[in-house]
Amino acid sequence: MDIVSDIAVIRPELFVAIAGMVMLMFGAFRGESSTKFIYWLGVGVLVVAGVLVLAGPTGTSLAFNAQFVVDDFAVFVKVLLLIGAALALILAMPFNLREGIDQFEFPILIIFAVLGMMMMVSANDLMSLYLGIELQSLSLYVVAAIRRDTLRSSEAGLKYFVLGALSSGILLYGMSLVYGFAGTTNFEGLATLFAADSEASIGVVVGLVFIAAGLAFKVSAVPFHMWTPDVYEGAPTPVTAFFAVAPKIAAMALFVRVMLEPFGALVLEWQQVIWFISLASMLLGSFAAIVQTNIKRLMAYSSIGHMGFVLVGLAAGSEEGVTGILVYLTIYLFMNIGTFACILAMRRGGRMVEDIDSLAGLSKTNPMLAGALALFMFSMAGIPPLGGFFAKLFVFRAAINAELYVLAVVGLLTSVVGAFYYLRIIKVMYFDEAAEPFDKGLGREITVLVTVTVIVTTFFFIGLAPVLSGAEAAAAVLFAV
Amino acid sequence: MIIQALAFYLFAAVAVASGVMVISARNPVHSVLFLILAFFNSAGLFILIGAEFLAMILVVVYVGAVAVLFLFVVMMLDINFAEMREGFLQYLPIGALIGIILAAELILVFGSWVVSPEAAQVLTAPALPAGDLTNTHALGNIIYTEYIYLFQSAGLVLLVAMIGAIVLTLRHRPDVRRQKISDQVERKREDVIEIRDIPTGSGV
Amino acid sequence: MEELLLEYLPILIFLGLASGLSIAMVLASVIIGARKPDPEKNSAYECGFDAFDDARMKFDVRFYLVAILFIIFDLEVAFLFPWAISLSEIGVFGFWSMIVFLGILTVGFIYEWRKGALEWE
Repeated sequence: MDIVSDIAVIRPELFVAIAGMVMLMFGAFRGESSTKFIYWLGVGVLVVAGVLVLAGPTGTSLAFNAQFVVDDFAVFVKVLLLIGAALALILAMPFNLREGIDQFEFPILIIFAVLGMMMMVSANDLMSLYLGIELQSLSLYVVAAIRRDTLRSSEAGLKYFVLGALSSGILLYGMSLVYGFAGTTNFEGLATLFAADSEASIGVVVGLVFIAAGLAFKVSAVPFHMWTPDVYEGAPTPVTAFFAVAPKIAAMALFVRVMLEPFGALVLEWQQVIWFISLASMLLGSFAAIVQTNIKRLMAYSSIGHMGFVLVGLAAGSEEGVTGILVYLTIYLFMNIGTFACILAMRRGGRMVEDIDSLAGLSKTNPMLAGALALFMFSMAGIPPLGGFFAKLFVFRAAINAELYVLAVVGLLTSVVGAFYYLRIIKVMYFDEAAEPFDKGLGREITVLVTVTVIVTTFFFIGLAPVLSGAEAAAAVLFAV
Repeated sequence: MIIQALAFYLFAAVAVASGVMVISARNPVHSVLFLILAFFNSAGLFILIGAEFLAMILVVVYVGAVAVLFLFVVMMLDINFAEMREGFLQYLPIGALIGIILAAELILVFGSWVVSPEAAQVLTAPALPAGDLTNTHALGNIIYTEYIYLFQSAGLVLLVAMIGAIVLTLRHRPDVRRQKISDQVERKREDVIEIRDIPTGSGV
Repeated sequence: MEELLLEYLPILIFLGLASGLSIAMVLASVIIGARKPDPEKNSAYECGFDAFDDARMKFDVRFYLVAILFIIFDLEVAFLFPWAISLSEIGVFGFWSMIVFLGILTVGFIYEWRKGALEWE
């Protein structure tokens, strides 16, 4: 084994790990006074890591006895989640400092969570997959409960932890069954074995279903979604913004890789499972969101629904489907960050408000904010020519080409239902009696972020071609045998 | 051979029985003690299949540390467990149902267990090589070299656990005075002692 | 395999003896001992008063912090055993591999020291 070439492959992760530890030491010696500096340091680390990811070796390279893989797919997803994490960190800074969440550990935990996600995305072995997930989840549990003196934040952290531990257990159980059959945990080894055996034994199928269930929990797909609304509501809002973006992207990428690489030959076994959870997520995500009054809960159900749409692409099990997933995740990232930036601007008398009703008449009191939020809602509903439309378009096209007509039709119908609750917010903002205005002065960070995400969401079709070609190249890797 | 079989049945039976007791004991402290018993018996089972290292780690880490932590938590929470138990019967049917389904699945799985015929070709690491290599030794030979990536990741997971525990539970009481050794050492005679010449009889 | 288990035979015998002896002693006192229970004898004794309240009380979360930090270093030590045994075979690379691992945990250790998590107020 050549450690030097391995390190060249793993350079971005190594950098993030070392930077995280340096930040920890810096914070430990400088104390809380350096919190703001550490936030910016964290953003810088994420940016540098993104550059390192892009500057990494092209093509597919394996490292550490094939436990770790860097390919176009990994690079695409890593860039996405680094952008998401960096934006969420910028979003979190003013909020956290104002609300007294001044622990310098916050950005450090985010950095370690991102490291875990990068490991998940690059996992090429069931064991490295599991360690990536644990590193990510452990940091996220703590971040969810970071406001330890408030009941709701502690509750969110505890709930997330208990259910997350359960899902990790399920995942491990499934892995051990698969290992018992194959005698290897390596993705390539598994793929070879499953391709050789025409019929999967029942043990492998049960193991596969357990692994799928564990991963479905991480992307919060129905029926493993129960934690999502409570955690989203209880965690501090910037944490929720982070949860809605980076971990979802990483977990979804992992889901896609695990299903298509080691278990690619067993597509008939898992397709129906994915089909079901996709359908159920779309239905629940759209119908349960209708009755919500808290905007963070609404976003939770919205993200469940979005994950359902993304899983349509996985259910298709085709290269086109994966391309659709990657495009979807790209636009999902910007829509969500933008929406959460708007939610963070919902302050009245120095306190956060989270009721949808408090948005009433926002168009009169703060037309810019109302316009931005309306745009994101339109995009989420999938109205052309905004980004959200293209996201859904590619996924559904893949579904139709894979002859999953039921999924495509249900997807379209639930999009219509989803449009109802997204448009309800717009209606509240534009046609309801004006409520008390929100506090003035959004802060520089939020203004910049909202502007950027608005531009990206609106003019996504201009940048569609490069994103699409990148996504196609990334998707092709998973199907290259 | 017969002793081995007897030992297996003994350990297995006690492990299952104490597992049942963990969830049905009235007093949570008893639950934890039964959990420790279950750990010990699992360690015995590990030894029977030749996994010495795992058995010892189970005793050292789980019995020595995790179980003690559980005891702390049980004591710390001060929850009225009798009240919590009231819902127990209510959830019993659905819990039992899930348990039965899982058990049925397991029986199905192990009833028709197959090891892939090609498994030997892709084995990650050969099982215990011939000769008298203990399994601690066999593990040591690969953890730190072949599996260095996983090993260092485990280190990072432990680091995050450390940070998390401190972030969530550490609080300093503002009104507690602590010993500052550096301050004590730095204290000079001139800073604290003042010698004045006072004429006799005039007072201070 | 058989040899391995044979090495554990003394432990099994010891376990059997220990449990047999303790069961015998408890059973003997149950069977032979004279018992005449009455409510006063069975009640908790607290300096002649009735018990004031429950014996269970809230612990400071500090105990928990110490325990969990202990577990983390306990796990670290668990990794040291196989390393110590096979150090001669895994060579310089294996040695530095462990040093890096210890380095990561030392970073954590410095952090908790600086944070004052090891102090008892």
